[in-house]
Amino acid sequence: MMEKFINTGNKDTRSGFGAGLTELGRTNDKVVALCADLTGSLKMNTFAKEHPDRFFQCGIAEADMIDVAAGLSLSGRIPFAGSFANFVTSRVYDQIRQGICYASTNVKIAASHAGITLGEDGATHQVMEDIGMMRMLPRMTVINPCDYNQTKAATIAAASYEGPVYLRFGRPSVPNFTPEDQKFEIGKALKLVDGKDVTVFATGHLVWEALLAAEELEKQGISAEVIDIHTIKPLDTEAVLASAAKTGAVVTAEEHLIAGGLGELIAGVLIRHNPCPVEFVAVDDLFGQSGKPSDLMKAYGLDSGHIVSAALKAVSRKK
Amino acid sequence: MTDIQKLTDTASQVRRDILRMVTQAGCGHPGGSMSSTDFITALYLDVMKHTPEGWNRSGKGQDMFILSTGHMSPLLYSILARTGYFPLSELGTFRHLGSRLQGHPSTDFNLPGVYMPSGSLGQGLSVACGAALGKRLDGEDNTVYVLCGDGESEEGQIWEAAMFAAHHKVDNLIAMTDWNHQQIDGTVDSVIGLGDLEAKWKAFGWECVQADGHDMQAILNAFAQARSLSRHGKPVMILFHTVMGKGVDFMEGTNEWHGKAPSPELCEKALAQVKETLGDY
Repeated sequence: MMEKFINTGNKDTRSGFGAGLTELGRTNDKVVALCADLTGSLKMNTFAKEHPDRFFQCGIAEADMIDVAAGLSLSGRIPFAGSFANFVTSRVYDQIRQGICYASTNVKIAASHAGITLGEDGATHQVMEDIGMMRMLPRMTVINPCDYNQTKAATIAAASYEGPVYLRFGRPSVPNFTPEDQKFEIGKALKLVDGKDVTVFATGHLVWEALLAAEELEKQGISAEVIDIHTIKPLDTEAVLASAAKTGAVVTAEEHLIAGGLGELIAGVLIRHNPCPVEFVAVDDLFGQSGKPSDLMKAYGLDSGHIVSAALKAVSRKK
Repeated sequence: MTDIQKLTDTASQVRRDILRMVTQAGCGHPGGSMSSTDFITALYLDVMKHTPEGWNRSGKGQDMFILSTGHMSPLLYSILARTGYFPLSELGTFRHLGSRLQGHPSTDFNLPGVYMPSGSLGQGLSVACGAALGKRLDGEDNTVYVLCGDGESEEGQIWEAAMFAAHHKVDNLIAMTDWNHQQIDGTVDSVIGLGDLEAKWKAFGWECVQADGHDMQAILNAFAQARSLSRHGKPVMILFHTVMGKGVDFMEGTNEWHGKAPSPELCEKALAQVKETLGDY
């Protein structure tokens, strides 16, 4: 029997970020925070209230926010600059490129409401290209944790890491199932379920869906390995290659476009080192639309059922 | 105070450096570099409290200068070399493969005196706000200076930063605009006119000082006035009225030399008009 993960209660990952930032505020006086008129949405209120001298409201001016954060970092501060994922990536790509990555400044970009689960606000706000944009930038570390506890741990780990970080999290309440006081190691894939027939590499909200899919696959006699790729860049290629060599079939699952996403990244690693069948669970060249997050996940093929189908297909393609 | 003669002599030599660097590279941006030469020379020689000794990017205990108009890199490199940040001989490597003197300023090559990369316009004022806030948090009494262009002020981010600085009372920040009225496609008025810049900055909540950017005494007075206005709850902008390509008759007042190097023959004609005062690199 595969290991079962217990949902200790649904929570939003953005609140995990807020809790991590609150803890950082109390333990590290170098940490400063900036926000562009979305302090409540980003759960940065506690930090702002407890450290008014270290919190900078930037207004609806994200480009300015990114470069102010870069300037603050010169003095040794560790700035967390937050907004919706769309507004701290595509809207400010050049500021991130020049002011953070090329400049090698120690800025952490806090990107909330990422992906289609932003929900009812619709496609203008649902960014599904952000992982691709961010991982293309030299020097950028890209982290996409899977639940509240992991997002909190990732936030704290990002502050200890020296260099640019893109920290991606979401809006809806989702199962919280990883340990409360976990050690978060940037760049280290986390094997959640051991399996032998197929590997599901999942990131963000899709990790829980992958666990549900593994349970279903087990009922169908398929042993699925589930690996949480919380750090998309740098990718833990060793873990990817080891698992793919063992199972010989791969599914990737992410709340992102195929273009630039985790699937393309892993397929690129496999094709260069040890090719095997790969199936993508991701959105193919589409914008989203309004709807409830869970309905959108189903409608756009991002739920456990689609992971099961993809796994069966990958297994059937094995020679 | 540094005597005026020393400042004008240094400015003349900096202009020669700029002309020789872009000519050797076969490309670069002499026009704006030369319009900003006089007041940037005064800034480094007379106004800023700074030292190349033990320089690092934190700028701790230093007045800092951020060049938002990164294409004026020949000016920045010349003044840094002339004030001891790196050997003068390195100016001859400008824009060459492997040089620390990149086309636009870079922090990738450990070039002393460069705090941030710049080149993509509109970003330096925001960076300077952040650096000034860092100094405020550290309780430092140093000032952050930043140079913007008039054409650059067409970037919306400049005005985002203008609002930010006024709102957060970033009063250890002195910004400068090189108001040379030229940009790549023509005069600023013909491209996207800026209107009344002084009224704009004042309306955004800044103190605003204006000066002739080629009269060394006026420049020093403007900096003195800006310094006395700073630390009273408002950021300060100095609008320097300048002439693009200042110092060489055929380069003055035209956008032709914004981003073009003279031929070696034309460079000789230009250098004949700019006195060698401190020795060429």
